Amino acid sequence: MSPLLATSFIHSGDLIAVLYIVAFSLFIYGLSGLTGPRTAVRGNRIAAVGMAIALLATFLIDGMGNWVLIVIALIIGTIIGIPSARSVKMTAVPQMVALFNGVGGGAVALIAWAEFNSTNGFEGKSLTFVIPSLFAAIVGSVSFWGSNVAFAKLQEILPGHPIGAGKAQQPLNLLLFAVAVASAAAIASGETATVYILVLLAASALLGLFVVLPIGGADMPVVISLLNAFTGLSAAATGLALNNTALIVAGMIVGASGTILTRLMADAMNRSIPSIIAGGFGGGGGEAGAEGAGEHGGTVRATSAADAAIQMAFARQVVIVPGYGMAVAQAQHAVRELATELEKRNVEVKYAIHPVAGRMPGHMNVLLAEADVPYDQLKEMDEINPEFSRTDVALVIGANDVTNPAANTNSDSPIYGMPILNVNESKSVIVLKRSMNPGFAGIENELYFEPMTSMLFGDAKSSVAEITAELVAL
Amino acid sequence: MFITNVAILVLAGFVGYAVISKVPNTLHTPLMSGTNAIHGIVVLGGIIVLGLGTDLSVLDKGLLVIAIIFGTINVVGGFLVTDRMLEMFKSKPAPPKQDDEETS
Repeated sequence: MSPLLATSFIHSGDLIAVLYIVAFSLFIYGLSGLTGPRTAVRGNRIAAVGMAIALLATFLIDGMGNWVLIVIALIIGTIIGIPSARSVKMTAVPQMVALFNGVGGGAVALIAWAEFNSTNGFEGKSLTFVIPSLFAAIVGSVSFWGSNVAFAKLQEILPGHPIGAGKAQQPLNLLLFAVAVASAAAIASGETATVYILVLLAASALLGLFVVLPIGGADMPVVISLLNAFTGLSAAATGLALNNTALIVAGMIVGASGTILTRLMADAMNRSIPSIIAGGFGGGGGEAGAEGAGEHGGTVRATSAADAAIQMAFARQVVIVPGYGMAVAQAQHAVRELATELEKRNVEVKYAIHPVAGRMPGHMNVLLAEADVPYDQLKEMDEINPEFSRTDVALVIGANDVTNPAANTNSDSPIYGMPILNVNESKSVIVLKRSMNPGFAGIENELYFEPMTSMLFGDAKSSVAEITAELVAL
Repeated sequence: MFITNVAILVLAGFVGYAVISKVPNTLHTPLMSGTNAIHGIVVLGGIIVLGLGTDLSVLDKGLLVIAIIFGTINVVGGFLVTDRMLEMFKSKPAPPKQDDEETS
């Protein structure tokens, strides 16, 4: 757009509206670039340009003041945001996303709070303003506190296993929800006292804490997706209240995306979203390498790195099954080196990625991409499952529940019905695991006791490196 | 005005659903982190309320400044971390391997 044209429009609502349309078009166009790894980088940058345009348009709104505060806040946010995004390790991305999601939700709740105060408790405001604002306050607050708990769990500040009040949890959560909604109803019906908004925010905050605290580490992909959807919807609600199309469209797209991901993750675990929210299952280490089988009658066969190397060296096809244990041990580069060494020996190497492996949707893919694993070697569950029967060695690295055949065979198992990777169909299975110690919630993995399975105990990264060294020496 | 906005909201939901459904599993983490950056757009809400507020108390100004800081962290951090991740998916000068279904 020529500067002349722009200046002739400046400060006009039309220009701002047009810029908002440009901005959300760029969001949609940018996101559609995420459908392929080649266009994705550009897509993300296009969306970022859209954001810059939306920001610029907002600066053009007539009668804006408080510039000093606005600019200072923008600068502080940038100064905090850049280094944290630059320095975060790829294994820590889930908690980073949780944290960024949380501050977004926090912003929504704070805006609603400030609006309440500055309008004397929404006095004289129409319900089309008040209801979206109250919705934003509740959902934003839930999202902020819930995301912070998710962050603390992923960062291991809080233990990963479910923390909660057991049977009292559900009634307590319902009560908190009822208190939040009742305060909202009181405000909507004309109450203007500050205490109502404070009660609303506090009840929502506690609800956010209490909903996420009882959720186990293995259910985190669902929780993060859900909180992401919440923050998006609350942003859209803020847009309705402020009559701002950019906020409405952007917030709603995020809401849709979060909802889709939540559903996909829940389907991949064969669990309903409400049952995950109800919590109490999933354990700290559902998929983590450190936890696993409890007492079991069967015997487990331990193996050595040298033996594992020999088995793989003479295999035609090796399928690597990564899980959260690989992320914890930061073993992705070692895994890539092992694969390269195998490929030198004309062994076909593929990676089997379960949708909920790790702590967020697609977590394993990011780690393997970091280690330069070719995109086309990463196979989704439906694609790889028919291949296990002609796989010589399945190498399971820190994955647990997603390989447990009990999901297919044992109707008493808590994970019965969950789609799994059928590694037990391969001729030989090598499981890398830290120990057989039972974890906090440990669901026994029958795979470990099957005759074709051998266990290589130790830290995933050093175990993989040892196998590679043996392979080179072979 | 409100009804128009609700119409926009509903349509945006369908557009979002259509676009996001096509994203492959492999890119779900960058998708989540990218959409995460996009909901940082609430920073605009903070800017508008602070910018247009005439008689804001010190408390309100403080709340809004924090809201803008939060929103900015969300936007800036979100886009950057997504960019870093996606660069990793891109950096593959390896020869394109067309046929991955081959059996030896």
